[in-house]
Amino acid sequence: MKAAAKPAAVPAWPRDIYNVFKQVDIRQVAYVPDAGHTQLIRACHADKAMRAVSLTTEEEGVAMLAGAWLGGERGALLMQSSGVGNCVNMLGTIRECRFPLLMLVTMRGEWGEFNPWQLPMGQSTPAVFNDIGVVVQHVNERALVGETVYASAMMAFQSNRAIAVLIGQRVVGFKDWSK
Amino acid sequence: MAKRAFNRITTIDRRAAVKQILAQRGDALVVTGLGSSSYDVGTVDHPNTFYLWGGMGGACMIGVGLALAQPKRRVLVITGDGEMLMGLGSLATIGAEKIKNLSIVVIDNELYSETGMQPTHTSRGVDLAGIAKAAGFALSDTIGTESGLKSWIPKLYNTPGPVFMALKVNASRYPLSIRLRDGAHIKNRFRENLLGAKAFD
Repeated sequence: MKAAAKPAAVPAWPRDIYNVFKQVDIRQVAYVPDAGHTQLIRACHADKAMRAVSLTTEEEGVAMLAGAWLGGERGALLMQSSGVGNCVNMLGTIRECRFPLLMLVTMRGEWGEFNPWQLPMGQSTPAVFNDIGVVVQHVNERALVGETVYASAMMAFQSNRAIAVLIGQRVVGFKDWSK
Repeated sequence: MAKRAFNRITTIDRRAAVKQILAQRGDALVVTGLGSSSYDVGTVDHPNTFYLWGGMGGACMIGVGLALAQPKRRVLVITGDGEMLMGLGSLATIGAEKIKNLSIVVIDNELYSETGMQPTHTSRGVDLAGIAKAAGFALSDTIGTESGLKSWIPKLYNTPGPVFMALKVNASRYPLSIRLRDGAHIKNRFRENLLGAKAFD
């Protein structure tokens, strides 16, 4: 008799991020969905102390979290790297006003990407962030995601700067198009 | 409501209207959109006004984050038709989220005033209040008369939101009113007045 198929292992890193959100008192979570953030988005919606807001475009989230900070709350913006270009002008406002901003960006267009259309924005993401004054923290190991998000949150909210954590495709996983 | 070139028919003056609206602000928190609306609101400056001098299209979403963080206060966004058109998606987000303490006023002169008075889409019949209504705002209308404005002002502060008013104004242009334009200062002033010492924790 064949053994029952094992359930797919649920990765721990989205839960690690959620735990950091609780630890640093994140109250508003703005997002444009990405498959890599599925579990985290679900956890944030389920948490009554958080307000998770689905956006029509990523730049809405940049503005929304500026408003959150004006009102005394901390937030985080979740997106895929393909949305980074949509944010550039609004990030100029973040820089001019020295608003803190924590962004968690799941990467596409690197490490095994099957869709060539993802490469231009994915490969440009660190340069675009650097150009507009966002500090970039790249994380490529699952075990380091939680502490990277924690360190980035500290830097964002205590130094009033925009920080983007780029969660590598190596962490998120990629579709193997050869199969 | 006339759909075309309403700025030639309405007698409403933007500065007088904004002054009238803000005279009843009470403890409301105000966000202004890049352009003439910031200058209009600047004629009656207040530490709990956050002026945008950039970030076109972002005024409404700053209002969302602020309204969620301060659920007991009314948040009033005052912006222009050009700035609103650049952030139309935010109307969908606000309608979906049903933010109860948020009101939006669009000072609609149907023109991009700061860049040479080019017509915006609202001069060609695009109905912002209709879009807000279709997006799920609790109350939304286009106002083009003094009496209409007078009866609408209390709704901006008291009616459960989201509330949207497109206010058709004439095409008068005014000089800059407010010199304050350092973004970090505008932010810190706002937070200190709202949050006290906690602003600099």
